Amino acid sequence: MYDAGKILTGLIVFVVLITSPIWLNLASGKASTVPKPEIVTQEKQCIEPTAFMKTNHMTLLNTWRNTVVRQDERIYVASDGKRYDMSLTKTCLKCHPNKAQFCDQCHTYEAVSPTCWQCHNVPEGNR
Amino acid sequence: MKFSKRDFLKLTGLTILGIGIKPAINLFAQGEGQAVVPAPQTLAGKRWAMLVNPKACTADKGCKDCIAACHRIHNVPHFDDPNHEIKWIWTDRYQNVFPGQENEYLEEDMKTRPFITLCNHCNNPPCVRVCPTKATFRREDGIVMMDMHRCIGCRFCMAACPYGSRSFNWLDPRPHIKPVNPDYPTRMKGVVEKCTFCEERLAKGLIPACVEACKEKALIFGNLEDPNSEVRQLLRTHFTIRRKPELGTLPQVYYLV
Amino acid sequence: MIDKALIGSRKYYLWLLFLMAVIGVGFVCYLYQLKEGLGITGMSRDVTWGFYIAQFTFLVGVAASAVMVVIPYYLHNYKAFGKIAILGEFLAVSAVLMCMLFVFVDMGQPFRVMNVMLYPTPNSIMFWDILVLSGYLLINITIAWTTLSAERNELPPPGWVKPLIYISIPWAVSIHTVTAFLYAGLPGRHLWLTAIMAARFLSSAFASGPSFLLLMIFIIRKYTKFDPGSDAIQKLAQIVAYAMVINVFFLLLEFFTAFYSNIPGHMQSLEYLFFGLEGHNKLVPWMWLSAVLAAIGILLLIVPATRRNERVLPFACLAVFFATWIDKGLGLVVGGFIPSPLEKITEYAPTIPELLISLGVYGVGFLVLTVLYKIVTGVREELSA
Repeated sequence: MYDAGKILTGLIVFVVLITSPIWLNLASGKASTVPKPEIVTQEKQCIEPTAFMKTNHMTLLNTWRNTVVRQDERIYVASDGKRYDMSLTKTCLKCHPNKAQFCDQCHTYEAVSPTCWQCHNVPEGNR
Repeated sequence: MKFSKRDFLKLTGLTILGIGIKPAINLFAQGEGQAVVPAPQTLAGKRWAMLVNPKACTADKGCKDCIAACHRIHNVPHFDDPNHEIKWIWTDRYQNVFPGQENEYLEEDMKTRPFITLCNHCNNPPCVRVCPTKATFRREDGIVMMDMHRCIGCRFCMAACPYGSRSFNWLDPRPHIKPVNPDYPTRMKGVVEKCTFCEERLAKGLIPACVEACKEKALIFGNLEDPNSEVRQLLRTHFTIRRKPELGTLPQVYYLV
Repeated sequence: MIDKALIGSRKYYLWLLFLMAVIGVGFVCYLYQLKEGLGITGMSRDVTWGFYIAQFTFLVGVAASAVMVVIPYYLHNYKAFGKIAILGEFLAVSAVLMCMLFVFVDMGQPFRVMNVMLYPTPNSIMFWDILVLSGYLLINITIAWTTLSAERNELPPPGWVKPLIYISIPWAVSIHTVTAFLYAGLPGRHLWLTAIMAARFLSSAFASGPSFLLLMIFIIRKYTKFDPGSDAIQKLAQIVAYAMVINVFFLLLEFFTAFYSNIPGHMQSLEYLFFGLEGHNKLVPWMWLSAVLAAIGILLLIVPATRRNERVLPFACLAVFFATWIDKGLGLVVGGFIPSPLEKITEYAPTIPELLISLGVYGVGFLVLTVLYKIVTGVREELSA
């Protein structure tokens, strides 16, 4: 083909660039560190089972937000019948005040930055 | 298999139609079933209103208790630049609160007396009418509420409000809040905020912070649906005026004159 | 057909490079605004819409003005507009794009803009505005691209274009009526609370848009072999003349209602704009400049001798364009906020970052316009060869 040298060089440069997140992460060694969120509470379980919370806490919080703000309903009945105040700061952060060692562990690893913290308060010394 | 331009356009059209289904459903959707119960101590009033008694107010002697309470509890920031000011409740003179109703021979006291001003929580609010996302909406109990999560910061509501009750976060408010009340969120830059009749306190069975803070009882808050409430009694026995009633907004803050 | 925009003269490339530099500066300023907030602009608690929304309001008019070329050509077979209908349509595309960008840069939380579509609110005029503007953009780009492709292949355009063109006519009127409705239904703003707001918007649109189109035609004629003929140019100039006369007439009607009724709410904003209010008079020189430019423009356009003189006509167009830009942009939008609902006065002036971001948006619009017009002239030069 014409200009084979230029094309092949260009292709290789492109492939290297586009796969850079993969090999850069591997090289830095950070990718192999599994996030370890620290539990500081004595409670045995969150308001719902851990597996549910892992996959669903985002949706749960969104639903809480809409229910509290838009429907003025504040009490959540968990699947085990217990009642909780639907509040990030007052319920969730009561047992998990250590945002940096808990929430941020997974969020930073996944490169997720929820905007909640721009407004909702974190207990002092835990930002 | 031939995938022509025509096929591509048809596919694109169908996709766009498909994307439009969720908003269409949202438009007609009812509230979802939720595992929630109403709190037992909620002040489940039907229609909230406030009465202001300017003659009892001692703001002219320097009292700022209601403003301080509201702004402290709700993490309202303080900006030095008056252009970026955020205020949920403040005092102004009669000529400003009731423009067009002043005259040359106004009662001397009225010329300088401070009038407490806040969102009127209108029954027919123009701000709610214009909000493109329903970030501001009127609740059944009359409160005109703000959903900070949905606000896109277009400030149409601020243009629509005939009373200047709304403020916008032109900058990040957090550096300008001292001290921060940990029990109430702050706001972020780019959203509109205003008085919400302390709906979070009403949910716990408490009256608004400004009403509680006023030592002179110049602010009276209550349920218009209850014929025996203090607001109803005062409205029955005293003449009151409201701001710009000719605009048809049906404001729910009444001033005893 | 995009290949036609990739090859041009040295001046063409320099112009594109200049525009990209302007866009780059604007973009960097916008990143600064995203970081700090809208507080870097001159807007305030009292004047909550400023330069960005003023440009948006003005440009919706320019976009709607494509209809002033489409109606004579497609509805009434006015053949002289045959060669410039597409220029009007592409101008509409560029203008609507700028409108949407100006709204985007004005938002406090721009990344939530999809909320308007996810939570549709039919009682909000802004919801309809975004819908009709998006629709207008799609309609015009479809019509223009299809008719130009057909012209290039020396075939008649496909049958479905005709109904789309007919739809674009009331749609053009609707985009500007809806934008006027943003203002005309707000109970607390007396400068805007007038039934003729939409009529004023349309008349100033039909003055500013075609005058800008004329300026574009003169520029294209200078740099390419394209010449629509003096019939088309004169007709456009006549349209501008009538529209501008009506526009000024409508403004005088506002003055009459305000000052004869003597109602303070009606008078105060006009007083602030044209005479100053309680010592505040930042916009007074601008409004009188607008009035003088309008008078000059109208005079030059009405008198046949000056209208037919194609050395003078561009200046008449510039005068009309800037007169409407000042009056509809800053005058109308900022004036509506002064005095505030509590009868206080906070004046407004745009800041440097605000102006640079606006210039960046204009850069995008002009880039799109240049590329589209280059495609048109490229296709036509290819056809005539």
